[in-house]
Amino acid sequence: MMGFLRNLGSVRRGPAAVTMVAAAVFTAAIMIRAYAAAPAGDIPSGNVIQPQELAQALKSAQKPVVLYTGPEEFYAQAHIPGAENIGPAGKPEGMKKLRARAASLSKDMPVVIYCGCCPWDHCPNIRPAFAELKKLGFSKVRVLYLATSLGVDWKDKGFPVASGE
Amino acid sequence: MRSMARRIILVIAAAALAIGVYAGLERFAPRNPAMETSLPAIAASTNLRPLPHLSFTDINGSAVRTADYKGKVLLVNFWAAWCVPCADEVPQFIALKKKYGNQGLQVIGFSVEDDPRELRDFCHRHEVNYPVVPSDLRSADAFGGVLGLPTTFVIGRDGRIHGRHEGTTDFASLEKEVVAMLTAPQD
Repeated sequence: MMGFLRNLGSVRRGPAAVTMVAAAVFTAAIMIRAYAAAPAGDIPSGNVIQPQELAQALKSAQKPVVLYTGPEEFYAQAHIPGAENIGPAGKPEGMKKLRARAASLSKDMPVVIYCGCCPWDHCPNIRPAFAELKKLGFSKVRVLYLATSLGVDWKDKGFPVASGE
Repeated sequence: MRSMARRIILVIAAAALAIGVYAGLERFAPRNPAMETSLPAIAASTNLRPLPHLSFTDINGSAVRTADYKGKVLLVNFWAAWCVPCADEVPQFIALKKKYGNQGLQVIGFSVEDDPRELRDFCHRHEVNYPVVPSDLRSADAFGGVLGLPTTFVIGRDGRIHGRHEGTTDFASLEKEVVAMLTAPQD
């Protein structure tokens, strides 16, 4: 590292430094713009859990709290066993219910939220739910990755479901 | 002193460059392998389940009876106006109905948990040319369960479910399927 710094210091010509600074500023500007164009509230990869991993976690002694944040009609048909029905977090009543439930949970408790109402990129519920739990200070929130739907990515793959309201 | 200042500038520039490259890789790389696609999934087994005779009421108060579609090829689309990919597909269902309606194609939309007023406004704005019915457990159950939107079923002239498309619809493939069913010899 020190050698690298010494080498940098030995660059005596102004144009080299100016070029490098300009390149860095240009690159950073492009990346900042790319981030600004990204959908608001996108979920970092570290906060995403795959179905297989959740299925395993549900068999363990320390199960995460699983919150379903999608349409009630789907929950009644099939849901992950033990999942609590919060309702669509993209709607005010769902968000209110999420906040009420969150108030009774410890902030360091592992929480998994899922929806699967529609393709992942377009789900109107998981992003607001995730953002809200993070805002409330939950440190172990993960979102179940369901690329197409709960039916395709969970039930049809043989993971367990329960039904009823 | 100037040398020190230059060194600091260069270190800052190098750090900014590194951060920029890292951010770019992080932003544009797939978040996980499975996230790359959300292609339409077509259920392997459609099992030719017969559509039960049921009666529903559409958003205009008209009765929609599955028995009335006997002898027609029917597309049943579970969707919602709040579901962006579903809403985007509606004009294509309208176009299919226009194109093949006189050959015997019918469409029914089952809307999942839409606000009734917003749903009516949406259908009016898009000039939806087929009945739209608020979905419930009974309608989902008639099709063997619906656990995600959009989901589209293809029902043959025999009244049986021949196809189930889950996720964003591949309309080129769906149209081929529709044409094949419309032109299939009838018993």
